[in-house]
Amino acid sequence: MNVPAAWYLILAAVLFGVGAYGLLTRRSALIMFMCIELMLNAVNLTFVTFSRTLGDIGGQASVFFVMVVAAAEVTVGLGIVVAVFRRRSSTSVDELSELKG
Amino acid sequence: MIAGAYALASVLVFVTAALLILVGAIGVIALKNPVHSALSLIMTLFGVAIAFVAQSADFLAAVQIIVYAGAIVVLFLFVIMFLGVDRKEHVHVEPLVGQRAFAAVGSAITVGGLVVLMARSHWVTGAMSVSTKGATLATGQANVKQLGTAVFTTYLFAFEATAALLVIAVVGAVVLARRERSVDDEEVEVDA
Repeated sequence: MNVPAAWYLILAAVLFGVGAYGLLTRRSALIMFMCIELMLNAVNLTFVTFSRTLGDIGGQASVFFVMVVAAAEVTVGLGIVVAVFRRRSSTSVDELSELKG
Repeated sequence: MIAGAYALASVLVFVTAALLILVGAIGVIALKNPVHSALSLIMTLFGVAIAFVAQSADFLAAVQIIVYAGAIVVLFLFVIMFLGVDRKEHVHVEPLVGQRAFAAVGSAITVGGLVVLMARSHWVTGAMSVSTKGATLATGQANVKQLGTAVFTTYLFAFEATAALLVIAVVGAVVLARRERSVDDEEVEVDA
């Protein structure tokens, strides 16, 4: 008998929390992107767990689309990081304060 | 529902996956060198892949390794090396006073809220009675076949939309990362 779904759901919630904490505290744009990947993976784990519990393939199909969107997001995001680095020689998000009122 | 009722193998697999996921995640947010963070991210992604296999999502586990660990992390490492930012970040500098404390409290509230929410709804949303108790989620070939059938029938429109999304993302990344030519270069080309 497999372990209950609750274990995996708690694990996914903790992973999401760790990713959120890293996103709020680190200032390198690259590390922040990695933290977003952590949060996306936590959501994927939740989707797969519910897919198993409810016997529905829709959860796994959702994970498939999340992965596609995550790949596109990383591509564009890293392109933006490279473009910003060209102008300022830094990936720190604290220095991007031109729009501050 | 006692702990001894679960097969030892499934418990061991869960503990292994949980350790890989949590150690890797903490490594991502704690290590100072971005390269180490990226390698730590691979550990987390492998742990998630193990959790996928344990829950009979075989195709997604393979895609997790190929796309995430194989492509996305390599892309991260490529950008880190390309920009030359693989030096240590000053993580102790705290421009916003109390930022870490607020972040810790906010994350703890988020996790606690999620756990309470799921526990109060008996860890599942939706009607258990109409589910087929895992019969539709068989292992091996059936998983790939099922997922393929679902993606190419029920979710066909979303699948086609992802094609457009990926093309837009590729074009956007090229436009963003392209080095802008200066006016002098263009004049030289015109003269030539």
